[in-house]
Amino acid sequence: MLKVTNLKVNYGKIEAIKDVSFEVPDGKIVTLIGANGAGKTTTLRAISGLERAAGGSIVFEGKDITNLEAHKIVPLGISHVPEGRKIFPTLTVKENLELAGWTIKDKTEVNRRIDQVCEIFPRIKERLSQLGGTLSGGEQQMLAVGRALVTGGKLLLLDEPSMGLAPVLVDEIFDRIAAINKQGTTVLLVEQNAMEALEIADFAYILEVGYTTISGEAKAIEHDQRVREAYLGV
Amino acid sequence: MNVRKLPRFLIAVVLFYIVVEVLYRTEILNGYLLHIINLSLIYVILATSLNLINGITGQFSLGHMGFAGVGAYVSGSLTTLILKLSVTNPASMLPFLLSIIAGGVVAAFVGFLIGFPSLRLKGDYLAIVTLGFGEIIRTIFNNIDAVGGPRGLLGIPKFSNFTVILVAAFLTVVIIRNLIESSHGRAMLSIRENELAAELVGVNTTRYKVMAFTFGAFFAGIAGGLLAHLIQLAHPTQFGFIKSVEVLIMIYAGGVGSLTGSILAAFGLTFLSEGLRLGIRALADATGLPIGGEWRMVVYALLLIFIMLFRNEGLMGMRESRIIKNVEVD
Repeated sequence: MLKVTNLKVNYGKIEAIKDVSFEVPDGKIVTLIGANGAGKTTTLRAISGLERAAGGSIVFEGKDITNLEAHKIVPLGISHVPEGRKIFPTLTVKENLELAGWTIKDKTEVNRRIDQVCEIFPRIKERLSQLGGTLSGGEQQMLAVGRALVTGGKLLLLDEPSMGLAPVLVDEIFDRIAAINKQGTTVLLVEQNAMEALEIADFAYILEVGYTTISGEAKAIEHDQRVREAYLGV
Repeated sequence: MNVRKLPRFLIAVVLFYIVVEVLYRTEILNGYLLHIINLSLIYVILATSLNLINGITGQFSLGHMGFAGVGAYVSGSLTTLILKLSVTNPASMLPFLLSIIAGGVVAAFVGFLIGFPSLRLKGDYLAIVTLGFGEIIRTIFNNIDAVGGPRGLLGIPKFSNFTVILVAAFLTVVIIRNLIESSHGRAMLSIRENELAAELVGVNTTRYKVMAFTFGAFFAGIAGGLLAHLIQLAHPTQFGFIKSVEVLIMIYAGGVGSLTGSILAAFGLTFLSEGLRLGIRALADATGLPIGGEWRMVVYALLLIFIMLFRNEGLMGMRESRIIKNVEVD
């Protein structure tokens, strides 16, 4: 579904990503694992058009989307939950979700998707009339994921959904991600919390200072000695 | 859209028109007060249009009066220097209105150009760029002899009257309200809330930021043109930084993002400013204290400090009066 080949991204003179290649097959969960500064967020930003690629290619469903503008990528079916959630703070939860369906002309479809989000996240349903900025960290993360679901798409990009959340909430969020995937959405998950990510993922890629180094099935990666020492702390 | 609720604002404006006309004809309302009402209405146009840029789209602009200046000088030059219109000739009204619109269009084009730096800049940095822009405009007027240079453009015919200004203010509010309530308005709102997230829900943030500046500048240009034809003068100092800040204060006092707030604050602060001038003079006469009219700025500023301390979301916050609203949001 998504194929990234020899991707290169620079911030000014700094090479943030030097050579990243990976593939996300239809219907699967793929996770990119790596330490701070490995280039995980930059990779996602390049896919959704927020960052320009200096080299390499990004192909989505057979269409080359390298360096396409963000607002042109969204309607193709890629929705991105950015790092740090980035909800609309002074709008209500309902308005947040409605705005997420901005590109969809048919408003009954938007409402149908909002209902779906409420089913997946019952807590969001309770908070519909509350302002986005007044939600707790976990609820904001759910809203951010919910918003991406309303925007819709075949591929969901998730950037550190566990960041800053209590362990109980981390479990809940990962549970929901697995459920969303079961309903047919392909997921590309970027995480520092490698253990949790490997648990729900089908395939995993390890990112190290701008390169994809180790890759394979999530179960195999979980038992790879090098990965265990470097990322799982066992 | 609910048709039954559409004309509420129109009815309110017509009532306002009738009341003011009757009071003026019966001489209960003198020419001075009518002038203040006209000024207030021009400030309504300026404040609501700046609210579209600052309040709705979240692009901090400090050069709004620069756009008004463009409108004032373009329309003033057209009516006074090129067409040489006369108020006594009834056939002059149409060319006057067209001149005002031409001023708005040129201002909109300038707004379109100034919208571009806003694509790269945010917050304080954008504020400084727009501030610089306003000063450039002022300096240009100051140095073109054809439009009077530092003396200003004099002898502009007094075409602006209560009816023309009220209709312009009404149309401005209706158009901006409809824009805000449309999906374009939602896109602008999402940029204010979080630009990155706006991109990710598929909003072309570039396009909407430029659009906000263009629309805002158009109406500011209209307001500037009406002002020039009301006070019969276009002068560089009218369009400087201080004047832009006055409009900015109105939207903050009224509530950022609320058109109702902008309208109330435009009236409230214009009347307050004039009232203080009179009040302080009366106080000086009665007590013999050595205070002059400039002390009104002290009171005005203190009032603003108190608004920010005790009600920093402004008079209306982000709420909208039911009279202004077009679509009922339950």
